[in-house]
Amino acid sequence: MLFTSYEFWGFIACLFLLYYLIPRKYQWVMLLAASYIFYFLAHPTYLIYISVTTMTTFYAAMRIGQLLNVQKAHLEINKETFSKEEKQGYKSSVRKKQRKWFIACLLINFGILAFLKYTNFTIANINSLLSVLGTGERLTFMNVILPMGISFYTFQAMGYLIDVYQGKIKPEKSIFRFALFVSFFPQLVQGPISRFNDLSATLYEEHRFDFKEVSYGFQRILWGLFKKLVIADRILVAVNTIIKEPDEYNGVFVFVGMMFYAIQLYADFTGGIDITIGIAEVLGIRIKENFNAPFLAKNITDYWRRWHITMGTWFRDYLFYPLSVSGPILNLSRWSRRRLGDGLGRKIPVYLTTLIVWFATGLWHGSSWNFIAWGLTNGIVIIISQAFEPLYARFHNKFPVKGKPLYSAFEVIRTVLLMSAIRMFDCYRDVPLTFRMFGSMFTTGNFSALFDREVMKLGLSGADYIVLAAATVILIASGIRRKEGSMRDRLEKIPARRRYLMIYLLGVIILLFGAYGVGYDATQFIYNQF
Amino acid sequence: MNELISILNGLHPDVDFAEAEGLVDNGVLDSFDIISLVAEIDSEFDVRIPAEEILPENFNSAKALYELITRLGDN
Amino acid sequence: MKWVKVTLRIGVVSLVIASFFFLQRLVMPKYVNGIVEGSLIETYYEEEGNHDVIFVGDCEVYECFSPVALWEEYGIPSFIRGSAQQLIWQSYYLMEETLRYEKPEVFIFNVLAMKYNEPQKEAYNRLTLDGMRLSSAKIKSIKASMMEDENMIDYIIPLFRYHSRWSELSFDDFRYFFNKKKLFHNGYYMRVDVRPVTTFPQGKKLPDYSFGDNAWGYLEKMKKLCDNNDIDLMLIKAPAIYPYWYDEWDEQIREYADSNDLIYLNFLDLIEETGIDYNTDTYDTGLHMNLSGAEKLSRYLGPILREKYGVPDRRNDAELSRIWEDKTTFYYEMKAAQETELAGK
Repeated sequence: MLFTSYEFWGFIACLFLLYYLIPRKYQWVMLLAASYIFYFLAHPTYLIYISVTTMTTFYAAMRIGQLLNVQKAHLEINKETFSKEEKQGYKSSVRKKQRKWFIACLLINFGILAFLKYTNFTIANINSLLSVLGTGERLTFMNVILPMGISFYTFQAMGYLIDVYQGKIKPEKSIFRFALFVSFFPQLVQGPISRFNDLSATLYEEHRFDFKEVSYGFQRILWGLFKKLVIADRILVAVNTIIKEPDEYNGVFVFVGMMFYAIQLYADFTGGIDITIGIAEVLGIRIKENFNAPFLAKNITDYWRRWHITMGTWFRDYLFYPLSVSGPILNLSRWSRRRLGDGLGRKIPVYLTTLIVWFATGLWHGSSWNFIAWGLTNGIVIIISQAFEPLYARFHNKFPVKGKPLYSAFEVIRTVLLMSAIRMFDCYRDVPLTFRMFGSMFTTGNFSALFDREVMKLGLSGADYIVLAAATVILIASGIRRKEGSMRDRLEKIPARRRYLMIYLLGVIILLFGAYGVGYDATQFIYNQF
Repeated sequence: MNELISILNGLHPDVDFAEAEGLVDNGVLDSFDIISLVAEIDSEFDVRIPAEEILPENFNSAKALYELITRLGDN
Repeated sequence: MKWVKVTLRIGVVSLVIASFFFLQRLVMPKYVNGIVEGSLIETYYEEEGNHDVIFVGDCEVYECFSPVALWEEYGIPSFIRGSAQQLIWQSYYLMEETLRYEKPEVFIFNVLAMKYNEPQKEAYNRLTLDGMRLSSAKIKSIKASMMEDENMIDYIIPLFRYHSRWSELSFDDFRYFFNKKKLFHNGYYMRVDVRPVTTFPQGKKLPDYSFGDNAWGYLEKMKKLCDNNDIDLMLIKAPAIYPYWYDEWDEQIREYADSNDLIYLNFLDLIEETGIDYNTDTYDTGLHMNLSGAEKLSRYLGPILREKYGVPDRRNDAELSRIWEDKTTFYYEMKAAQETELAGK
């Protein structure tokens, strides 16, 4: 059941009706049931994996929490008698026990994820190694299905575990409530990755039918469908045409493909998240935003603060920080500063951590060298821009262009181009090809193709391009206006009648111009002689 | 405290850290600065700031950070 | 003034819903040019008066029999509920649906469709199903006809299916928005042009000649439906030489007809009796009959319907005569128009 299937919306409609009809204290139970049904319909065996993650995480977190309570009570009783050393000794012994549960749970869950997601990738790499070594032996690939959303729910569950371990939150007492937190279905497909702190209260609350809330949710869903169906699924055709035939579509086509893919990914991903947040909102649940006008970012660091925010902060809080303050890295820091001086010495451990984190981020996105290359490139660009910061500072001291409209526009365009170029890694078949195509942008001078209308169609019709152009203008215009506040706040200012008219028009646009249904492929509907 | 401020000024010479508030919330300190700080505090004060203490409220001002260091140093 | 507000709201909501219907009608194919066969099925609902004989089947019925000839010569009012590659379950559900409107004396089914045991192509499904009014029969027919990647809702709300036609909209879509031009009468698709048969095809050898269970099931259902409603079922095979009709198939049908006391006429074996001349009676080298061929077949069929099933002569029914007078006029006008067009070429 994808966001764009009829079945999904039928499912949502049924859930919506029942949700507000049943006694409110059972609403969360209903959500849990719906989530498991959703998962079951996708594939029955998925349920095994998500249940294992749910149960192990719940249990480990509970044990960690219990140990903390025991510790508190014990310290309270022996408050008078314990010396400072005794207290610390006791504390660290408790910590050790907690750590056992913590590590075991991390290993199990990341183990499942790694096994399902990366085994075949590893086998493929071993096989190519074997072929380099000249042996005829090959390992056979494993026949595994990757459960839908496993990367998302595993991260969400592990975030919870780490929070409990770090004492930031108290463990949830009900396994069923916790199961809902892990499996809440609108998030399963493509995130966002919510924190227990943010989601739990709103998830388990009783929700009264609130017309305003529901209509906002509905509008958000429509907006998401507009991005996905009118823009993303349409431009996808052109993107595929270009990337599937790299020999034919080189040079200037690579640039066109790169920009089209940027639009497609943006429309698809943010549209999907709009739908997720919208569905939650219709059910009275508030999910944290995952984007903040990423294409207005001034530099790559800023971009990663605005794009896929919940993933970025997950890696920051649960990998980057812990890694940075871990013993080995701090020791490296001391050593390198002594050896290399304050300047470079201070930076080396930071750069190392950055690369590790971005390697992991790439790997998380997908089990291929393309994603690893994509992640590492991100890391390298971040490091370079970090290293050049003093240079920038001097430049800006000399030339006070910062904040001027023209310079801001330059920054934005630069970031868009940079990010789109890095993203080429997830378009092309493999990493060398990506480099080759990137190079062909500068070496193949086939600019005249841009003005050849037949060649530029790329599998779309002229009418498609008109729709795409108009829709993209709407998209960008709305993105730029994000500065004036969230879409919701801005909608609120529009008089009701005009707002309803807008909703109606948006609905008509989606119905007519959306790339959905059997009929989308117009060639499919060619009759022959009966 | 003065030692801490001089570390902070090493990162951003143009900021008046004695007075400034909301360092993280306003984006003065980014995650790179924070981990550099953690490393320096580790070597200068011999205090290890664990990951769970890396919270905006602990890094928003020099005062808050100093309090954190003292608290962690005490235990 | 609460009721004013309420009425206003209801008004706005109905307007919105109406606008979606408007859009839907706009983007649906009108089938007035090119594939005109797509508008055959829907013409049934405009019919006045009853029919004693209803044909069901594919192009082997709607291009092979002339209802006007049956009326003019024998006073038999008939209607053809056929469309392009109409599958047997689609024919069956059309029979079921027909019974909601009228009860004929005879249903005539052309057996070529027996060769298809599964749904074939979405495009053909559309030609048959989109013309039907929403009813339980239609739903059942959709269910039986859907290809794997199809969806019921695309049939119930055709806007979902045809929305992408927005870029292909032509003047015709507006011109025939409310009223389509009349192209057919009584489900007959008239062609007066001639293209003689040049070669008689040989059937390619098939691995298995037996009809599928699904097809048999629906034939059985047809018979049951007729039995329960006291209607006669007649089986025919039109004299089209292509698609090839195998002797092995013919035998199976003959056996079924014999054991169930049905009349089965294979017109391929009745070339002399009907007077079909493959040099003059087909417009596409033997796939379909032209007007001359259809009239010959009707003239042969009339006496059989009268004698075997007792279908009466209704020419003295004043009301029916009036209705058929219009049809006859339309028929000859169309014939004349087509002949002039041909002469002009």
